[in-house]
Amino acid sequence: MFSNKEVLETIAMVEKEHLDIRTITMGISLLGCIRDSAEETARKVYDLVCKKAENIVKTASDLSAEYGIPIVNKRVSVTPVSLLCAAFPEKAPLIGKALDDAAATLGIDFLGGYSALVHKATADYERKFIETIPEVLASTSRLCSSVNVGSTKSGINMEAVKMLGETFKQAALLTKDKDGIGAAKLVAFCNAVEDNPFMAGAFHGVGEADTVINVGVSGPGVVKHALEQIPDADLTEAAEMIKRTAFKITRAGQLVAKEAAKRLNGQFGIVDLSLAPTPAMGDSVAMILEELGVEVVGGHGTTAALAMLNDAVNKGGVMASSRVGGRSGACIPVAEEIGMIKAAEKGAITLDKLEAMTCVCSVGLDMIAIPGDTPATTIAAMIADEAAIGMINNKTTAVRIIPAPGKTVGDEVSFGGLLGRAPIMPVHACDSSRLINRGGNIPAPIHSFKN
Amino acid sequence: MRAVVTVTGKDKKGIIAKVSTFLSEKGANIEDISQTVLGEYFAMIMIADISSVKEELSTLAAQCAELGKQIGMSIYLQHEDIFNAMHTV
Repeated sequence: MFSNKEVLETIAMVEKEHLDIRTITMGISLLGCIRDSAEETARKVYDLVCKKAENIVKTASDLSAEYGIPIVNKRVSVTPVSLLCAAFPEKAPLIGKALDDAAATLGIDFLGGYSALVHKATADYERKFIETIPEVLASTSRLCSSVNVGSTKSGINMEAVKMLGETFKQAALLTKDKDGIGAAKLVAFCNAVEDNPFMAGAFHGVGEADTVINVGVSGPGVVKHALEQIPDADLTEAAEMIKRTAFKITRAGQLVAKEAAKRLNGQFGIVDLSLAPTPAMGDSVAMILEELGVEVVGGHGTTAALAMLNDAVNKGGVMASSRVGGRSGACIPVAEEIGMIKAAEKGAITLDKLEAMTCVCSVGLDMIAIPGDTPATTIAAMIADEAAIGMINNKTTAVRIIPAPGKTVGDEVSFGGLLGRAPIMPVHACDSSRLINRGGNIPAPIHSFKN
Repeated sequence: MRAVVTVTGKDKKGIIAKVSTFLSEKGANIEDISQTVLGEYFAMIMIADISSVKEELSTLAAQCAELGKQIGMSIYLQHEDIFNAMHTV
């Protein structure tokens, strides 16, 4: 039985420290919707998504009231759309439109899965599908897209990396009246996971059940508060405190995930404990690192502090949930996060330091705005760098970068809402086009052979 | 089914009476109650069996929050499972 102190602690976590269930994401397999024509497939897709997820918003609101913990986002992820329209890839935008309409009908803010998996090579239909991404992201508002360009097992598909550099550029250009928001809904992955509940990179893998409930929990504010109680602790003790806090947060997620799965007739998938910041003051991963003792995030020691944080979060999470998955760890987007924005404006954090940080935490270069005139090959080279980190370290890495049209260092982009605002960060001016234009594959590393 | 009712805020007269009257009118059975006063700060925690309450838990929680506003306190009613999950291994 719990004590009074523990009851009050839970309430304080919600009231003062921004504890929340960040997302309930329903993964839906759409493979059964494939028909002879794109039009008919799109109709089936719309109907199935609306039917399966019709109660997601109400269920989340009920659970939130019953347990007294806010559930911030309700989302849907679907089978990579490129697989649904392999026979008519040029008409993939029809499916995209149907999914965007379904999201609007359901009253959810994002739906993920306008995706392609090309980590070994790009099939003809995948190539045609990827070409549709910028236009689809410009003409829809709730749809998110992702492309897996590499994996530890298969190496890096450099043709896809080059295409993605151009895709980011194009997605931003087509939405230039909105600071290039199209690119903020696109992710390039290495080692993409099939059960990720967080956007923009969520899709429902083909190895998954028909309907799955994955839950993302967060709470950087709770971790920061816990650390503030032990300002003089050594790092062993600090790691222990983070682990214990992560355990409690994940248990809340596990409870909600199991109950949501029951009520929504889905299978319980995974709990993803990612310390995902929000623009709210105090709900910041950067501020945890600063609480640990780095004066400003980006300073020397940041990578070490982040490595400890990420690992302690994972250890607490694994103990707390029967199934931990997704990308669990610490997210370090620049937009969406007040501590990172401040550090970027001061020039304390740079792209190079962010890249180093992604070696030890769960994501990659996330929500970073760069000058609009950055060449596509330079963006491709950034994707290649991140993919290489993921491939060699057996981990997921991602790039979500926004080449803001018409903007340069000193300006900022503002997407409003959850996506927040971000200062334009400088990129290296030297040319990477010769590397990118070589094409081919970066072969899988030696440690991929484990048979 | 049991719920945990937490009432916090500045101490004043009649809080326990108002909250327990409300709960018993709804058909809840209060199984345990404890309170602490730290200076002016008041915290009361009740465990109530709500199996015979007609309303959905979410509705009852909203009504409690509303009662809290009326008497100038913060009142949470939550399913006990959330505390069991977070604080027991």
